[in-house]
Amino acid sequence: MSGPSLMDSLFQRTLEDLIKGLRQQLIGEQAFISKALEEIRKEIKSTDLSTKSTALLKLCYLSNLHFHDMSFAAFHALEVLSSPRFSHKKIAYHAISLSFHDSTPVLLLITNHLRKDLTSTNEFEVSLSLQCLSRIANVDLARDLTPEVFTLLSSNKLYVRKRAVAVVLRVFEKYPDSVRVCFKRLVENLENYDPQILSAVVGVFSELACKDPRSYLPLAPEFYKILVDSKSNWISIKVLKIFAKLAPLEPRLANRVVEPICDLMRKTGAKSLLFECVRTVVTSFSEYESAVRLAVEKIREFLVDEDPNLKYLGLHALSIVASKHLWVVSENKEVVIKSLSDPDPNIKIESLRLVMAMVSEHNVAEISKVLVNYALKSDPLFCNEILGSILSTCSRNVYEIIVDFDWYVSLLGEMSRIPHCQMGEEIENQFIDIGLRVKDVRPELVRVARDLLIDPALLGNSFLHRVLSAAAWVSGEYVEFSRNPLEFMEALLQPRTSLLPPSIMAIYIQSAFKVLVFCLHTCFVRGGSTAGVSASASYESFDDLSVENGADSTVAHGQTCTSAPITNESIVNLLKLVELALSPLLGSHDVEVQERARNLLGFVDLIKLEALNSSGQEENDSERKGVEATKIIRLVHDAFSKELGPVSLTAQGKVPVPDGLTLNENLGDLETICGDIELPSSNTFSFGYPSEEKDVSSFSNLQIKEDSGQSNESTSLLAEHRKRHGLYYLPSGKSEVISNDYPPANDPALQGDNNDNASDLVKLTAESLVPKRKPNHSKPRPVVVKLDEVDEKPVAVKQLESRDDSLSGAVRDILFGSEDILPTSSRSNLPNSNRKGKKKQHMITQVESKENVVDDGNSSSRRRKDHSHGKERRHRKKNAEERNETDRKEKESSSNHPRRHKSRQRAEEPLKVPPQTSVIPDFLL
Amino acid sequence: MGIRFILMVNKQGQTRLAQYYEWLTLEERRALEGEIVRKCLARNEQQCSFVEQRNYKIVYRRYASLFFLVGVDNDENELAILEFIHLLVETMDRHFGNVCELDIMFHLEKAHFMLEEMVMNGCIVETSKANILTPVQLLEKT
Repeated sequence: MSGPSLMDSLFQRTLEDLIKGLRQQLIGEQAFISKALEEIRKEIKSTDLSTKSTALLKLCYLSNLHFHDMSFAAFHALEVLSSPRFSHKKIAYHAISLSFHDSTPVLLLITNHLRKDLTSTNEFEVSLSLQCLSRIANVDLARDLTPEVFTLLSSNKLYVRKRAVAVVLRVFEKYPDSVRVCFKRLVENLENYDPQILSAVVGVFSELACKDPRSYLPLAPEFYKILVDSKSNWISIKVLKIFAKLAPLEPRLANRVVEPICDLMRKTGAKSLLFECVRTVVTSFSEYESAVRLAVEKIREFLVDEDPNLKYLGLHALSIVASKHLWVVSENKEVVIKSLSDPDPNIKIESLRLVMAMVSEHNVAEISKVLVNYALKSDPLFCNEILGSILSTCSRNVYEIIVDFDWYVSLLGEMSRIPHCQMGEEIENQFIDIGLRVKDVRPELVRVARDLLIDPALLGNSFLHRVLSAAAWVSGEYVEFSRNPLEFMEALLQPRTSLLPPSIMAIYIQSAFKVLVFCLHTCFVRGGSTAGVSASASYESFDDLSVENGADSTVAHGQTCTSAPITNESIVNLLKLVELALSPLLGSHDVEVQERARNLLGFVDLIKLEALNSSGQEENDSERKGVEATKIIRLVHDAFSKELGPVSLTAQGKVPVPDGLTLNENLGDLETICGDIELPSSNTFSFGYPSEEKDVSSFSNLQIKEDSGQSNESTSLLAEHRKRHGLYYLPSGKSEVISNDYPPANDPALQGDNNDNASDLVKLTAESLVPKRKPNHSKPRPVVVKLDEVDEKPVAVKQLESRDDSLSGAVRDILFGSEDILPTSSRSNLPNSNRKGKKKQHMITQVESKENVVDDGNSSSRRRKDHSHGKERRHRKKNAEERNETDRKEKESSSNHPRRHKSRQRAEEPLKVPPQTSVIPDFLL
Repeated sequence: MGIRFILMVNKQGQTRLAQYYEWLTLEERRALEGEIVRKCLARNEQQCSFVEQRNYKIVYRRYASLFFLVGVDNDENELAILEFIHLLVETMDRHFGNVCELDIMFHLEKAHFMLEEMVMNGCIVETSKANILTPVQLLEKT
């Protein structure tokens, strides 16, 4: 292809032509653009720089607004950049800032251009290149251009200097070693009085302090001065952000700063600054009663304001306070609850969060009832928001606030019937989780499951399928609590189950299997040949269990056992029903469904003879076969009657690696094997048989036996097993034992009115703070099985790690002047650690030498009242740093051993780690 | 990094200016802008100007036919960002004289340049209209 001719560049379309053309295209815009792109590709190869730059400008436009790739022009942009004309340069820089990123191949070629412009005498060229550097700098650029940036940090042109300050943030981030070079000059700029510079510096520090506040504590005096003197709201806001991070680390600082912040809060007219003060106080100064009171006053002004923005922010601030001062929320609860019906969904969600914060075990039932009524009336989105927050609040800390599980389980059932409900998965998890953890609630759980299963209408709602699968599982697993197992069979095998997805279908079939075995067992094994035996007979097994358990709930369970009789006829019908319902599934395309259906039908075939025979009075033959079939039933029944215990998700990690098994450290290649297989979402629990040994038939048995202290053979075996696999089990004291005089869950006075007036909720939430003491011992809170480690979330660990990055390491080195603070920082990974080491040493000696000079003269006059002696002040700061370093070293050496000792303890309770108190000398104020 | 991106979008949902302070691919940008436009343009005057997104939030304000949307970190001051948007509009107004969508369309590069004067690396560096406009006007003459 020949290059574009002179004619082409003469008649080149300008950007304006392009935009005008675009505006005229009502349809066919794409065609117009691709034609324009074609032109651009041609023009950009021109040797004429103006043609080239115009093409580049057009390309920028199309890329920025019409998402067209401009990476092909990267090299052309560099060519335009080398133009001597400023207007070309500007276009080139614009293009580069828009399109270059870390993996742009020509990125390295730009270094010299940038260096040239950074040292230019034209301040606009310098500014353009700084701007560009702030967008595209990578490790190499940051490293190579650090000296130039360093020089510009003290440029006498304000316009350039503020940009140099702003660019430092990116340079530090990409190349932490540059901190050693530039940090001191950056700090010097903090003492500048020009608002332009100050706003840039404070911005940089607020970003830096966000990542690692502790490193910047030594600069607190400078920030304090800015806070007190600042006339600009922008700067004040940024400084407040810094203090919000610093204050929690150093109580003395907090003491000192809280008053100026309150002053600011009282005086300022700007809402933005006022809000920042409020937020700072409620996040970081929540121990200061008077400050919080003032902040709350201001929050109330926000809440009652007409402006939805202020209202939203008021609610937002309340939700921050709520964690520490719940009284503030309840003081404002009228507004909060009124906001539940605000036209703005964001405001509604904020207020929902606050209502949930007011929930306690005393009012959870009532609040949930009212909220469910809200959910029924609101739009799908908010409805699910409400349901989601009820679910997560109630399940928090292993259902900490739930006392009456019967109520909660029926609430779950009710929630799943709400038309917009899409929380099926969470409800499913909780159904199963509660079933496994809370033994006493199982009869009610089965009742709720029955109501769900038996309703054919629910099968048509795909959001409910997950709930139904849990209900099916419950019905199979805890069938012994059901009043009428035959009803379950019909529900599980009803024709509309064909609407279910195969995976859930399989659960249905498996549950049907369990129910069937239970019925057969009841009829033949337990009932013997007596026809018309009541299913309640089979409860013996359960009753035994509960007696052994020592619980006084036997009576309650006995009452539920008034069930329909299972006769031989009904068994025959049942078997027919199974055959009828499952035969079509033998040809199912889903292997799981097919296999389970085949299993069940095979079992039916085995049993059928027995059932038919015993109904058909043929004594001789049935004698022999009956025994066989009974044996089979008994075996299968035994297999199913093993109780499933909760197993910690992390249990597998505790299995020791057997000898001779090598595990791959890096599972990266697994991805190529597994491809797009989706991992199952992690529930809080998986379930399975806790062990393979015969004696550990059930998890709860184990506990019961241990409690009763029977020392027979099985317990000794158990003990041994436990010793070996102890990690899987709960420590025996860990399971929550609840005293019988638990406060009541239901307040009969309030139960009557369940209309959803906001006033109700107001009344209810009022009770959250006044614990009711009505003596009502009707129902103790049942035992909730807890696993120790899953239920505590490891929160703090991450924070500790993130602090140790190399940037903060470098900053600390500068500010604290020590090299032994962060042994784990990744400094050693950097390529030129050698050179850096030398530099650092040099720097330290320099500091020390200055130190000595200053120490002689000035060590006594520590108070600073003069701003003019900038230099002297700096020296003193170094002085302070030096002392700090020695303090720290001393501490380190003295506390080295005990700390190592404590490391295990820390791992166990990561939240209680006392923040490493870096000793801060009297640089404070 | 404070400010993550600044978008100007018209009532029809067409992007009129896009400035990002972190690198996103074209596809990511397209998805992000689509999502934001869907979320924010549907809201009305009685609703607040803050929308929470995945791990950041959007502060927006509408001027005539143009929406100004700023994506910020979660702990950024929402009201200050609203003031920033207003400052941006006032600055453009002073420069273009009664600024409208077309001004920004036809002077996209200049609008970017103004933004660059105000924001660098996600931090607001300049809040004085005169300081912002001096270099813009100086460069116009050259």
